[in-house]
Amino acid sequence: MGRRSDLESILIVGSGPIVIGQACEFDYSGTQACRVLKAEGYRVVLANSNPATIMTDPELADRTYVEPLEVEVLTAIIERERPDALLPTMGGQTALNLATALAEQGVLADFGVELIGATAEAIRTAENRDRFKSAMREIGLGVPASGIAVAPVGIGPAGRERRDVRRGLEEAVRIAEEIGFPVIVRPSFILGGRGTGIAHTPDDFVRLARTGLSASPVGEILVERSIAGWKEFELEVMRDRLDNCVVVCSIENFDPMGVHTGDSVTVAPAQTLSDVEYQKMRDAAFACIRRVGVETGGSNIQFAVDPATGERLVIEMNPRVSRSSALASKATGFPIAKIAARLAVGYTLDEIANDITKATPASFEPAIDYVVTKVPRWAFEKLPGAPDALGTRMQSVGEVMAIGRTFEESLQKALRGLELGRAGLNCDPGERRFDDLPIDQLVEKASVPTPERPFQLESALRRGVGVDELAAATGIDPWFLDRFAGIVAERERLAGLAAGDGADGAGAFAALGRRDWRRAKRFGFSDAQIAYLFGGLEEDARAARLGVGVRPTFKTVDTCAAEFVAETPYHYSTYEDEDEVRPASRPRVVILGSGPNRIGQGVEFDYCCVHASMALREAGFETVMVNCNPETVSTDYDTSDRLYFEPVTEEAVLDVVEAEQGAGPGGVAGIVVALGGQTPLKLAGRLPAELILGTRPAAIDEAEDRERWSALCARLEIPQPAGGTARSLAEAAEIVSRIGFPALLRPSYVLGGRAMEIVYDDEGLALAFGALSLGAEGLLATERPILIDRFLEDAIEVDVDAVRDRTGEVLIGAVMEHVEEAGVHSGDSACVIPPPTLSAETLGVIVGHTCSIAEALSVEGPINVQYAVKQGQVFVIEANPRASRTVPFVAKATGVPLAKVAARVLVGATLAELRLEGLLPPSAAAADAPTPPPRHVSVKEAVLPFDRFPDVDSLLGPEMRSTGEVMGIDRTFGLAFAKSQIAAGNRLPTSGVVFMSLADRDKELGAVVGAAFVELGFSIAATAGTAAHLQATGTEVAMIVAKVGDSAGDPAAAGDRPGDAAHADAVELIEQGRIQLVVNTPRGRGPRADGAYIRRAASANGVPCLTTVAAARAAAAGIADWGRHALQVCSLQEHHAAAAGDVAGSQGTLFDIALGAGPAASGR
Amino acid sequence: MSARRRPAGERTARMRPAALCVLADGTVFEGEAMGSLLPPAREEARPPVRIATGELVFNTCLSGYQEVLTDPSYAGQVIAFTYPHIGNYGVSPEDEQAGRPFCRGVVVRDLTDRPSSWRSAGSLEGFLVRHGIAGVTGVDTRRLTRHVREAGAMPCALGTAPEAELLAAARAEPGTKGVDLVAEVSTERPYRVGEAEAGGRLRVVAYDYGIKKTILDRLSRIAAVEVVPATTPSEEVLGRRPDGVFLSNGPGDPAALDHLVKEVGLLLGELPVFGICLGHQLLASALGGTTYKLGFGHHGGNHPVRRIETRTVEITSQNHGYAVADGTVEGAAVTHVNLNDGVIEGLSREDLRAFGVQYHPEAGPGPHDARYLFDAFGRLMEASR
Repeated sequence: MGRRSDLESILIVGSGPIVIGQACEFDYSGTQACRVLKAEGYRVVLANSNPATIMTDPELADRTYVEPLEVEVLTAIIERERPDALLPTMGGQTALNLATALAEQGVLADFGVELIGATAEAIRTAENRDRFKSAMREIGLGVPASGIAVAPVGIGPAGRERRDVRRGLEEAVRIAEEIGFPVIVRPSFILGGRGTGIAHTPDDFVRLARTGLSASPVGEILVERSIAGWKEFELEVMRDRLDNCVVVCSIENFDPMGVHTGDSVTVAPAQTLSDVEYQKMRDAAFACIRRVGVETGGSNIQFAVDPATGERLVIEMNPRVSRSSALASKATGFPIAKIAARLAVGYTLDEIANDITKATPASFEPAIDYVVTKVPRWAFEKLPGAPDALGTRMQSVGEVMAIGRTFEESLQKALRGLELGRAGLNCDPGERRFDDLPIDQLVEKASVPTPERPFQLESALRRGVGVDELAAATGIDPWFLDRFAGIVAERERLAGLAAGDGADGAGAFAALGRRDWRRAKRFGFSDAQIAYLFGGLEEDARAARLGVGVRPTFKTVDTCAAEFVAETPYHYSTYEDEDEVRPASRPRVVILGSGPNRIGQGVEFDYCCVHASMALREAGFETVMVNCNPETVSTDYDTSDRLYFEPVTEEAVLDVVEAEQGAGPGGVAGIVVALGGQTPLKLAGRLPAELILGTRPAAIDEAEDRERWSALCARLEIPQPAGGTARSLAEAAEIVSRIGFPALLRPSYVLGGRAMEIVYDDEGLALAFGALSLGAEGLLATERPILIDRFLEDAIEVDVDAVRDRTGEVLIGAVMEHVEEAGVHSGDSACVIPPPTLSAETLGVIVGHTCSIAEALSVEGPINVQYAVKQGQVFVIEANPRASRTVPFVAKATGVPLAKVAARVLVGATLAELRLEGLLPPSAAAADAPTPPPRHVSVKEAVLPFDRFPDVDSLLGPEMRSTGEVMGIDRTFGLAFAKSQIAAGNRLPTSGVVFMSLADRDKELGAVVGAAFVELGFSIAATAGTAAHLQATGTEVAMIVAKVGDSAGDPAAAGDRPGDAAHADAVELIEQGRIQLVVNTPRGRGPRADGAYIRRAASANGVPCLTTVAAARAAAAGIADWGRHALQVCSLQEHHAAAAGDVAGSQGTLFDIALGAGPAASGR
Repeated sequence: MSARRRPAGERTARMRPAALCVLADGTVFEGEAMGSLLPPAREEARPPVRIATGELVFNTCLSGYQEVLTDPSYAGQVIAFTYPHIGNYGVSPEDEQAGRPFCRGVVVRDLTDRPSSWRSAGSLEGFLVRHGIAGVTGVDTRRLTRHVREAGAMPCALGTAPEAELLAAARAEPGTKGVDLVAEVSTERPYRVGEAEAGGRLRVVAYDYGIKKTILDRLSRIAAVEVVPATTPSEEVLGRRPDGVFLSNGPGDPAALDHLVKEVGLLLGELPVFGICLGHQLLASALGGTTYKLGFGHHGGNHPVRRIETRTVEITSQNHGYAVADGTVEGAAVTHVNLNDGVIEGLSREDLRAFGVQYHPEAGPGPHDARYLFDAFGRLMEASR
């Protein structure tokens, strides 16, 4: 069959920003698809709004559109690029939904674009739950009893089309009564199970059904029989155009049905299915993919199995690559996305070689000889107010995968890889909080699925609770619990050995012989756990273990359980007889990855690590990647010369380094710790210092250590906000009395603004200090003092990414101006390149300071410095001698591959050399040379997860809470900002009512913003205080709105009060659809402040909500520019060429944003 | 606060006696005793086993250990499972492929002590003990697989005896080459599966060279089956006046089975013949073909086989150490080929109404992709009536 020659150009749609339910697995799949299709000779056009991705690297596609993922935008791209085909299966639910819309609106037909990978009909059958269920019944597969309720479209109060949720609700109630409680509610066309839940009572049901009907883009929910407690399985299936089908991987969920699969601990392969059951499930999966009609590519099919009878039901299927397929690819070595892309252009499975064996075809089913465990990573600590119980709505922000020869080994590795300060399945100081609970309470807690459940189960088993009792309480299969019990038994045996020996210190481990150590390691115990058990230090445990000759062996992930020779060095550690690490011929550079995605550390750092690997391979090194995040490109076995799928912990990294040191000529040339975020940086001090590449660990400490850092700034005469370091509340109070309020409190060594707080008075200071010194989970506040700074109100925050080489030359990657004022975490703030409001003089000062700081810290490699500019004066906030999360954004905005440059500088290259080599363009001049004015403005906007956590306040602050980012590029700041808002899902209105409710300190600037909105034709609604200020400055206020808090009774009930037209409060107005934009800035502290209800209502009703005046000002600028010019689409390649002066500024294609389009925008 | 419900955890760490798996080439694998190598408990009336020998092969199936262990084709062999956790879902009588296991031993990385499945009727270890099958657990089975992959399937000894004694036993073990193992596993007397109904249901005589129960299940869906001993003369088979003859799977080296080949030859052309695995090899031999020993055989459930007729690929269950040499079967069409290594997987002589496949279309364990072959056999018999 082979490659289709009737196609020339293929459009790939990415998944947009990282959100809960859709993370960097789609960067992995999209990157593979781009590479494969380019290698096959197709012209690849890519659309994705997420600048942090590897797939949006300009070299991965012929045309890369970093533009909002909206139907109108894609239409413009299609019109401009005229692709022959659209591949919609690589970009998650986002891409599938867009492809469906483009097909339904006739765009694909108009431009002759063929959907490849999955047809519109197949997508509809799989995605529409009703159609899916009847299709499954048609082929004799069981599905849970269910019914569909739809909210019909009617006309709402403002004359707008609105869904009649009440009628949908009536229908839903009837269906639920017919099925009987408990029932599960699932909104249609929603990714990651958003809006899904289980209702045990009619009251629960009404609440869930109402939310679901509103959340679904088609106003539709499925009400179905709850099968919570059943066993859950997934099969990853591939099919080619000759109807050859294979199962790539089976996955069994540790958590039974009732917990979203993305929030479940999962294990591959399935452990508790007999072959008879497994093969029937396999038959059912093939019948499903054939009936749905996925002709080529991969699909993921979920099943529920009754543990008592074996009854099997089909739950759902995804006709595309998914997070599970990324996991399956990493778990087996079978690259699903890569192969799916080839299948989509005509190949059959047997025509594609197995990458790993090179000798056998891809038309087979991987045999694996290890166990893979995935554990999700949640971020509840960042989202106060979110309940941490897990359910059918996905809440995790990332995940860890671990490979071991046994479940025990892989589970314990995965738990360490989460970086929550745990050394494994308990057996560390963190277990005390479980051990301190009464047993009955512990069992009761464990019966509710939460992130802590594995640890609770271990503690319960260790304290004598039986496997059967726990299985009954949790629904978890006894096989898994018995494995936990095995870990417990081994621990007790080891504890017995420890008790029998009086020695302490390094001698404590003398009781452990070779066989004991080997057994312990085979149960997955880390050196840190053994050290805890024996009351010694981890380094002594390691020395004792190595002393008796117990060291890990590295095995290979080879798709075939060693039946054939594997060519690809994809390794995991285990404790066996034979090691498979092959000799290398060139020196190796070990790159430490960033571990699981979490808020504050996401795909940006994976981007940096992958770029480092590319750059260092090109420079002649063998690259060795260590990481444990299955969603990433870094853990693709193609990315580096050698891949070690291991938790990024001290023990695992030292083991890899030792293995590579012994693997032949050149040894390990160095370890890259500066590109993977805080994870590798924290390890730097525990690794051999001579191997750390770039900036010395001592300099990293100097930047982190508050006193030394202040001394350094003083020496350099760089102003800092006044501040100090406190170890007690008394010290804190003393500092604040010196510097004054407001003050910013934060612990040292944190990323993502973990636990930062701004305080305005003594009470706030005491509360915040108390919270910080309690040493919340993940923090070591008692060991690390708390930093207190004067908080500069209304200052402009500025970020600089730079690279300094060993000769002292500094390359300024970019100076970024934040839209939100200082105090909003830089990760949550929109930022702009080039800075729109800074004077040339201020810029000069910032660049100068950056160079002096880099010089003073002897930085070799990347550095990020943050500044606050207040009334023209530049203060330095902090410096981090590592790559920052903005590096990929800078690269996309400027075309300079900053991460690659940083990686090369880390291994000793100079910027001059890189310029000669062509990695740096000649125009990327040194810091002191003038930069030519750019032809485009780039805005990065953060994407926040509040739609998933309705009870969490959407207020921005010093604690980072965004999960991802988007980028808008256009000719002016306003246009770029408007694009960034559209891409982030906040379509700015161009007319209507702006509701304003401002804190006193914001009122002055707020008046300017209010006037700007009036000028643009908006009318203003405002709370009394804000209105008074606006009117005083001459801005007309059309409506004065009651404060939520002013109404009698509990403000929480405000939303349920009958509407009072004359005195409607903001929440009611928002719910009635009478407000098009909310500008609400914080005035009180705590989640109960009235603004919280307004923001929550905005979030629930999809009304854009800005929580800073600065953002409102930017929005007004955006709307104004949008009124004057139409938005255009233009590829990165064209932007970069124009910026480099290669061609004249390219003219994009106009497109029309249907909702609230700018007046000048023209249709196609 | 309630007190500890038990003095200790659910179970205490299980310390098994050390055991070894020693290969005839002197390679030693350390592990722990399981199955019949465990010292008998006081209430058990079984003799202690110190050494078991057989030809060591590895199997790459992820599930289906019970079907594998009870497949008579493994007679004379020690099976090493590449998947580390074996015994997870216990054993259930309906999954057995024969009344008892014929293999000589089992090597695993990790034996599950406590199975979990609604179908389970007991633990795998209990099953091994009951049937006197020796085993070693805790072995680096990946190293073992890599070794066998390079050095080939070879005799080995398992046991708690000293290494030198085990090595001597391994060297004394004859292996399978040139050995007639069919005699050990075939039924002694004929029996029926599925009654012939009135209305002319098809009737098949199945030669039992070590037939699996799943094959009988599949055959009995298309015909009433009479199972006869391997050495049944062809005229006796023809005397039963069946619509077709089925040649079953079975253990060992087809080259040691000339007496069986001769009888197959006498049936060819008389009525439709379908052979699976050893049956396929005997069919090929009867057609003049020769067989050879593969390096380490095919033992698993994931082998891609090209069906030449449709160009499609089926994922197959396989279990054989010998294969038909390419180009030696004159007049026969190659219908199926293994995509991993090109081994002939299916042959057909349409003129003689005879065909065979090297792999296991009945599955048990393994995928069901090739079940169509039983229907094809049914149609062939219908057409020949």
